Amino acid sequence: MLVHGVLAADPLIGFDLAALGRNFWALTVDGLTYGAVYALVAVGYTLVYGVLRLINFAHSEIFMLGMFGQYATLLALGFYPSGDAFDKGILLTVLYLGIAMIGGMVVAGGAAVGLERVAYRPLRKRGAPSLVFLITAIGASFVIQEFVHFVLPALTGGELGGVNAEQPIRLVEPEVQFTLFGANVTNVTLIIIFSALILALATDMFINRTKFGRGIRAVAQDPVTATLMGVSRERIIMLTFLIGGVLAGAAALLYTLRVPNGIIYSGGFILGIKAFSAAVLGGIGNLRGALLGGLLLGVMENYGQVVFGTEWRDVVAFVLLIVVLMFRPTGILGESLGRARA
Amino acid sequence: MPLLEITDMTVAYGRIEAVRGVSITVEEGELVTLIGANGAGKTTTMRAVSGIRPLSRGKIVFDGKDITRMKPHLRVLEGIVQAPEGRGIFPGMTVLENLEMGAYGRTFENKAVHDETLARVFELFPRLEDRTSQVGGTMSGGEQQMLAIGRALMARPRLMLLDEPSMGLAPMVIQQIFRIVSEINAQGTTVLLVEQNARQALSRSHRAYVLETGEVVRSGGGRELLADPSIKEAYLGVA
Repeated sequence: MLVHGVLAADPLIGFDLAALGRNFWALTVDGLTYGAVYALVAVGYTLVYGVLRLINFAHSEIFMLGMFGQYATLLALGFYPSGDAFDKGILLTVLYLGIAMIGGMVVAGGAAVGLERVAYRPLRKRGAPSLVFLITAIGASFVIQEFVHFVLPALTGGELGGVNAEQPIRLVEPEVQFTLFGANVTNVTLIIIFSALILALATDMFINRTKFGRGIRAVAQDPVTATLMGVSRERIIMLTFLIGGVLAGAAALLYTLRVPNGIIYSGGFILGIKAFSAAVLGGIGNLRGALLGGLLLGVMENYGQVVFGTEWRDVVAFVLLIVVLMFRPTGILGESLGRARA
Repeated sequence: MPLLEITDMTVAYGRIEAVRGVSITVEEGELVTLIGANGAGKTTTMRAVSGIRPLSRGKIVFDGKDITRMKPHLRVLEGIVQAPEGRGIFPGMTVLENLEMGAYGRTFENKAVHDETLARVFELFPRLEDRTSQVGGTMSGGEQQMLAIGRALMARPRLMLLDEPSMGLAPMVIQQIFRIVSEINAQGTTVLLVEQNARQALSRSHRAYVLETGEVVRSGGGRELLADPSIKEAYLGVA
């Protein structure tokens, strides 16, 4: 057959379903670790979209700042990049991981709130049209990237930032803990998936069960009436950016465990677009949709890269997005934070 | 001293003045109605009192305090709560969550006060108690209106603003809603009501204002206006 012949002769794209079959569980487990990171970052896109109808394109840079935040925290704790992994026992490892995660959360959460204050709030006060917000978001994204690229090294005496990726600090060395259907499950995988699960559950509880969570949903569903109920829209907006930033900061630490070489000024870009795609895939404005979309995207692109070849990984992610949107334009779960689906 | 005193208020949308030099007072314990045709400025007046439309002139004093520039969510804490036009039910929230939203700005002295307030709402609207877990967006218009009023009551308001509670409802339901509004007022909550359904509203109000193209053209006792031939002709559909 002609099509088959072309595919076989052309080394650009492969088609190897057998490889997927052989490595199915390994790919699923590894895909879930990526998916967990996408999911946490996607929450930031989806919540901000819910309350402001704004795609905060600078969120990918908030994630990137989170990576630097946890890295700087580890440096401050006395860690340094070296060939040797940390081996002072599991308790201390977990403790330092926790502190580094908090460092990432503080930096990313603070940056997200700062971004809102500096870039978006003045526009809201002047009643700017939504296109202006979008352009501002893209602009802010560049500003933050170039800040890390050029300014941060000057501020830290070359310790942080600049044109090259940071040397990884090897806090956790991947070790196989057990096998699941023949797939190796490492300690890194377990840390990522469990941390993400806890954070996702906590966020879901916060949004659906607490007073402030209700406030966020109220502003998303009907901002004017929310104000009439005594909700301060400005405060809710700030809270929303904070939650998104904090989760991106946590995700940043988890991501660097899996991809230690990713701490670079441009390191948020592709991941941010994927997380945004995950949010759209699940139904933007929908918290659970973002979580589901993230996991799905992580797993599917991992399958795709084995079937079609590693360099097709990103393509698979975006083709999946396009295909799903063709059949369900509101995403898999639709928009529930904003509107009821009666 | 009146509970609410609006003096010479002008509210503009761009260059169009929707309300011009309006002065309205509401005494504590009163039920006061604003009637008028579409576009007369009734809803704009309500929005200005709640603080979601800024004034271009004039002032609003609530309970002796100038609130002209106060942020809307802080006015709720002062005791001004609105059940808005179109009811504004949060469509993705359950009945109970919607009611809790009414109490959002308020910190209750203790849980007992909260429970007591909720119990009072359920007493007025037993149907809401049967449906606490139903999603707001799936309710009928009448039920949504009950929910909107119940939600406003959750804030234990001193002044309740009701914007067109009868809009789009069946006559039976309108009767029921008006009875409950009277009851809420009789229990001590001051009410400022906006209505197109002038006959019902006037017969239940202590006083009323007639708005025409952004200005107050008449005011007086509810029954007095109800008996007025020119009002009858313009708003009650009788010659």
